[in-house]
Amino acid sequence: MLIYTLKRLALAMLVAFTVSIIAFSLVRLSGDVATAIAGEAATQADIDAVRDKYGLDRPLPVQYFEWFGNIVKGDLGKSLYFQTPAKDVILDRLPTTLWLGFFALCFAVIVAIPLGIIAALRPNTWIDRASLSVAVLGQAMPTFWFALLLMLLFGVKLRWLPISGNETWAHFVIPSIALGYYAMPAIMRLTRAGMLDVLSSDYVRTAKAKGLDTRVVLFKHALRNALIPVVSLTAVQLGFMLGGSVIIESIFTMHGVGHLALLSVQRADFPVVQGIVLILAVIYILMTLIADLLNGWLDPRIRLG
Amino acid sequence: MKLKSKINTLAVAAGLGLMALSTPATAGADDNTLNIALGLENYNMDSYFTTHRIGIIMTRHIWDSLLYRDPVDFSYKPALATSFEWIDDTTIEFKLREGVTFHNGEPFDADDVVYTFNFISNPDNEILNQRNVQWIAGAEKVDQWTVRVLLKAPFPPAIDFIAGPLPIYPNEYYAKVGPEGMNLNPVGTGPYRVVSVEQGQKVVMEANENYWAGSPKGQPSIKTLVWRTIPDANTQIAELMSGGVDWMWKADPDQAQMLSAVPDIQVVGGETMRIGFLQFDAAGVSGDTPITNLLVRRAISHAISRQDIVKNLLPEGSQVVNPACYPTQVGCTTDVPTYDYNIDKAKQLMTEAGYPDGFDLELFYYRDTNLAEVMANDLGKIGINVTLNLQKPGVLRDMSIAGKTALIFWTWGSYSVNDASGSTGVYFGNGIERDLARDQQVNDWLEIGNTTIDLATREDAYKKALTRISDQAYWLSLWSYSYNYAFAKSLNFTPAADEIPRFFTASWK
Repeated sequence: MLIYTLKRLALAMLVAFTVSIIAFSLVRLSGDVATAIAGEAATQADIDAVRDKYGLDRPLPVQYFEWFGNIVKGDLGKSLYFQTPAKDVILDRLPTTLWLGFFALCFAVIVAIPLGIIAALRPNTWIDRASLSVAVLGQAMPTFWFALLLMLLFGVKLRWLPISGNETWAHFVIPSIALGYYAMPAIMRLTRAGMLDVLSSDYVRTAKAKGLDTRVVLFKHALRNALIPVVSLTAVQLGFMLGGSVIIESIFTMHGVGHLALLSVQRADFPVVQGIVLILAVIYILMTLIADLLNGWLDPRIRLG
Repeated sequence: MKLKSKINTLAVAAGLGLMALSTPATAGADDNTLNIALGLENYNMDSYFTTHRIGIIMTRHIWDSLLYRDPVDFSYKPALATSFEWIDDTTIEFKLREGVTFHNGEPFDADDVVYTFNFISNPDNEILNQRNVQWIAGAEKVDQWTVRVLLKAPFPPAIDFIAGPLPIYPNEYYAKVGPEGMNLNPVGTGPYRVVSVEQGQKVVMEANENYWAGSPKGQPSIKTLVWRTIPDANTQIAELMSGGVDWMWKADPDQAQMLSAVPDIQVVGGETMRIGFLQFDAAGVSGDTPITNLLVRRAISHAISRQDIVKNLLPEGSQVVNPACYPTQVGCTTDVPTYDYNIDKAKQLMTEAGYPDGFDLELFYYRDTNLAEVMANDLGKIGINVTLNLQKPGVLRDMSIAGKTALIFWTWGSYSVNDASGSTGVYFGNGIERDLARDQQVNDWLEIGNTTIDLATREDAYKKALTRISDQAYWLSLWSYSYNYAFAKSLNFTPAADEIPRFFTASWK
């Protein structure tokens, strides 16, 4: 287990390092940063001054290693837009995105798992077909469209919930549903498939033959095994949600890192963009690492493979 | 993105349908709070370290300047200074108002004015918008209630700047906290004091109960202003319809039309100083293109259906503009050669110029794709096959200097400076990189206009320069920009031409 853990850890660090290079390069390749920072009314002298001030005239590898060296020390640089440390700007907004992702995932899991179980228990009936239809709709409908529909219904028409901002828990309800609905179908289908598989297995048949209560068979024997792949998938889905939050946060004016990333790209605030990409990537890598380690612990065969 | 925008509009249209059945809210009036929706956030609350429009707007609420420019007749009224006098071409003396205090209780006097002007004119302090301050040499105290502002050289629009983007700071407080402290906790003498700043989210202001009597801004009627950043226009509209916000601006004409059908929401168009124009590379900076031919430039000027565009695509209040400046600006004259929409004449000019079959041309622009598309279509009618090229403003500015653009569709708001130099000074003149006309005669006249204090001499010089600019079609002014303001019907609000909404004059009905 120790060797497996070390191997996974080394791989995770390698991925993080690669992401840092990509994050750094992509921002620099998207056009002349100095021109973008200097703005509409700038003269050539202003642009040269910007280039000099931020060291943009030096070779890219030199700029990269200086940036990376600072990151190791916990310094993401200064936001060009806010003129405050990029780390503060990002960390100030990160909780909103994490909460949004968490609530969305909760919504997805709470809806998807029972639906998956019900569908598996009644395969090829109207309940199964209805559940699958809900799932298909979730994946087919663009997130922003669904978000706008919810906004118009619950915010504008019924006025039950606030439309924009992130001040109270109520502000998270519509955005979480909109975001979670996209993640829900995959979890639901995996639950359904897992349950169908497990329910037809020998040990469940044996448990039933022993005369055990149906609920005990279902929840104690079948569900526990059916959910193992679902747990892995859920961890990955959280990563996707952090990415999907860009659109949802923009629509609902939630001041999270997704929205910040979008605005920072428009403003050419590259220390912030690089910082967000890196932090989200590290979170995603960590989630995957934890899932890998958990799976390795649960199933020794994975460690050997 | 385009599809998303269309779908958003569709969804909003559906929402408006639903809204017709429900009761609109008037939450703001009940607790005397005005909730303002803005598309941008103010990235720095220190007035001298922000250049965004929203920063300019907030500044007028938090601070006062020595003078105040009336938003209707553009006259200068006493504010923190009770009077002023030009001592010579580079010295202006101000008598200051007694009995004014800053929000933190610090009394106002000559030391604050001297400190502010010396701070902003010192290049080491790196004020963000240098154009606002680079003409200032410094300031001197004469006595506790008299100061002299010193200019580096004669600069006629000095008074307009002093009455606008140059607020007076409390010297003791600013010396202690600096720009960072002012950003976190702004302190001024203005009609509103800042209660809280949540970066990127909202700013809350409360009416200054001790606001000095006799201010031309008047005493604020609305107790609390909540400035919220809501970048998505459709979300702003949804918030306005549901009573979450009471005021928004810059709604598209189609959105404005829909909003005006909603009960308890009113939509008002308000013209601004911003004008759209085509800048021709007449000097051939980008090479020997057809644009260097005067007849071609005149043909293009006759081919753009400016009146139709204004009527059909721009918000109410926009109008066709002819001179290379906004008509209210000091020194701006509308008595210049004009180009009516006349396709036959345009075709004839093209033939005379040697291009009866037209030519290929790139039209560069940085905003308003729909308007650029219409102009491209117009030019197609006289044989000019236009390719549209959208760029970021900074990049486009760079490209024009580097000689890569023959024709650019720009817009310019003159920094809200009510002086012809606010527009001509950026695009024409000796040593001006963005000057694509390079006409020495025009530049000589502008030099006189830009540096002479005597108004009659200035007006004469600008008239000559503006006439030649139009006659030679160095730039074709297109239209003024108007914004749609949408707000609760229970709110008394009047837009101003300088793109600065004044909530200290707003009130609930």
